[in-house]
Amino acid sequence: MGEQMTMARALNAGLHRALEADPKVLLAGEDIGKLGGVFRITEHLQRDFGPERVVDSPLAESGIVGTALGLALRGYRPVVEIQFDGFVYPAFDQIVSQVSRMRFRSMGRLSVPMVVRIPYGGGIGAIEHHSESPEAYFAHTPGLVVVTPSTPLDAYWMIQQAIAHDDPVIFLEPKRRYHEKGEVDLSEPPLRLDAARTVLTGDDVTLLTYGPMVKTCVEAALAASAEGRSVEVVDLRSLAPLDDATVLASVERTGRAIVVHEAVRTGGIGAELAARIQERCFYALESPVLRVTGHDLPYPPSKAEHTYLPDLDRILDAVDRSLAH
Amino acid sequence: MDTRDASAPDAADLIQLLTPTGQRVDHARFTWRHDDAVLVDHLRTMVLARRFDSEATALQRKGELGLWVPMLGQEAAQVGSGAAVGPHDMVFPSYREHAVAMMMGVDPVTMLGTFRGTTMVDWDSRALRFHLYSFVIGTQALHAVGYAMGLQRDGLVGNDDPDANGAVVVYFGDGATSQGDVNEALVFASSYATPTVFFVQNNQWAISEPIALQSRIPLYQRASGFGIPAVRVDGNDVLAVQAVTEWAMNRARSGEGPTFIEAFTYRMGAHTTSDDPTKYRRREEEQAWRAKDPVARLTLYLLGQGAIDKAWLDALDAEADAFGVRIREGCLALPVPKLEDLWAHTYATLPDALVAQRADQLAYEASFEEA
Repeated sequence: MGEQMTMARALNAGLHRALEADPKVLLAGEDIGKLGGVFRITEHLQRDFGPERVVDSPLAESGIVGTALGLALRGYRPVVEIQFDGFVYPAFDQIVSQVSRMRFRSMGRLSVPMVVRIPYGGGIGAIEHHSESPEAYFAHTPGLVVVTPSTPLDAYWMIQQAIAHDDPVIFLEPKRRYHEKGEVDLSEPPLRLDAARTVLTGDDVTLLTYGPMVKTCVEAALAASAEGRSVEVVDLRSLAPLDDATVLASVERTGRAIVVHEAVRTGGIGAELAARIQERCFYALESPVLRVTGHDLPYPPSKAEHTYLPDLDRILDAVDRSLAH
Repeated sequence: MDTRDASAPDAADLIQLLTPTGQRVDHARFTWRHDDAVLVDHLRTMVLARRFDSEATALQRKGELGLWVPMLGQEAAQVGSGAAVGPHDMVFPSYREHAVAMMMGVDPVTMLGTFRGTTMVDWDSRALRFHLYSFVIGTQALHAVGYAMGLQRDGLVGNDDPDANGAVVVYFGDGATSQGDVNEALVFASSYATPTVFFVQNNQWAISEPIALQSRIPLYQRASGFGIPAVRVDGNDVLAVQAVTEWAMNRARSGEGPTFIEAFTYRMGAHTTSDDPTKYRRREEEQAWRAKDPVARLTLYLLGQGAIDKAWLDALDAEADAFGVRIREGCLALPVPKLEDLWAHTYATLPDALVAQRADQLAYEASFEEA
């Protein structure tokens, strides 16, 4: 039924299908044409759809997003690529002051069906500004949808769902998982764009995670099961909006929650989840909600990133601490 | 600090077709191609726009608006350029283009809602082809270039039939030329040869900062570094402004790419009603510019031509008075927004968490009604 492919290939195939399906879809970004992007996510798309629909942009992120907004106002569905996470900040004003609120400031008359693709996260030995996890900034901004796939299957479908969405979508691609393979069913999307997925079921504690950390959490859960602990893993997939129902139902049942993300801790997605859980499941909790995250530091030199990023041992340690209550 | 006025107009550079005393003059490159009836209509628009502006300033002084952004002195720059906008063209304003807004069909009272705090930006920008006001300086330049990229892809540029073509004009001020977004917009427009006219109203002051702080060379000369043709026009001369803007819009529509127009004008009033120009500029400077007033010079010219007379001017005054009444009454009658109505403008489909937040707020408000 499905095909084995990498996440990079799945994204490429999803973009190809979106370009085929709707002539108003176009791609823009730095080096996305002949080169196919620095990660080759857009490989051959300019060859197949032409330079008017797969547009190499001057090196200016605010310009890329700002002109994409103009294209959206003209009826296009632009999909822009920000080359690396750390380079999205020059476009931050366009995203949070213009793109996100165009529907609101136009009193509902205008919409901006734009996708901003951002390869994000660490673990690839990169230099500074190439390993950031900026999701909380965007999830904090009304008007934006923020999603992140963790598997080739989700990458293939979520990119198409994001492009079809009538609101602006920040589409975060876990770059350390680009080259990992998985099965992709090309026939129909497995889930709504805004739905979380329970990846592993368990009874003792819930790991809430997303993007690059899903695989790490699954490995931790399997290791924990060898020690007789039943760990549930929920892949949030959508960070804005959050799928409260899935999250809360899981924590209601296990009574324990641990949020795992690469991004720095303070003001992060974990903080929001902890708040929602204590607001809605206070009496079901057996232990405090814990967070296993990047530390509150700028992303470190890559030779130190293994101590910065959450890994299997740090997650298992948190499982122990949660269950000790 | 070096206080040379690097932007002082070089008379040879300044395109002018009507002098401050209302005399017609010729220019080697640009010709006025319309009859006086067009100018009579322009005078009416300029006078009504000036009235709208002064009424809004007065409303702010009375506490009826949170803020106003006066355009006093810039009527010719706006009406002349606005008159060059054709049926397939799109306008991206900053936040001071009240005269262009009126020409494109924005109701002045509707506009006041934005400044009174009763609405966000409440006009139908697609139907009117006049985008929302933008309050982040220079941001709209990128939107204009992107929209123009869309026109190219829609096959609306460079057709043999000129009536099938469209273009985009984007307005910003001298201060905005220092913004990254404006410079990026010039790069994108030049690289893609988009049908975009960059219309800069150089009104000499960015709040308290003189043009010399933004640019050490005349602004229009900046454009050559981007590979974009540019002109400097007397912004208080509606004939010259329209002539150069028509030229630039035709270039854009026919596929010849972007143009940069510097309309050399003056902000006679404050930057906004929160500003106090007496703290940073000389009265003599304001007086010198008052002698170049765009409305006065057009009035002198048309009186001299016999195109209008005192009776016509009196009738226009009466029309402006009635217009002023409508603006004042309309402003006071603007409905106060309900927060509950605004939730729906955030997402195409309201997420569950926002539905719950709205319900909580409504329940909270209702708890007072019951008590």
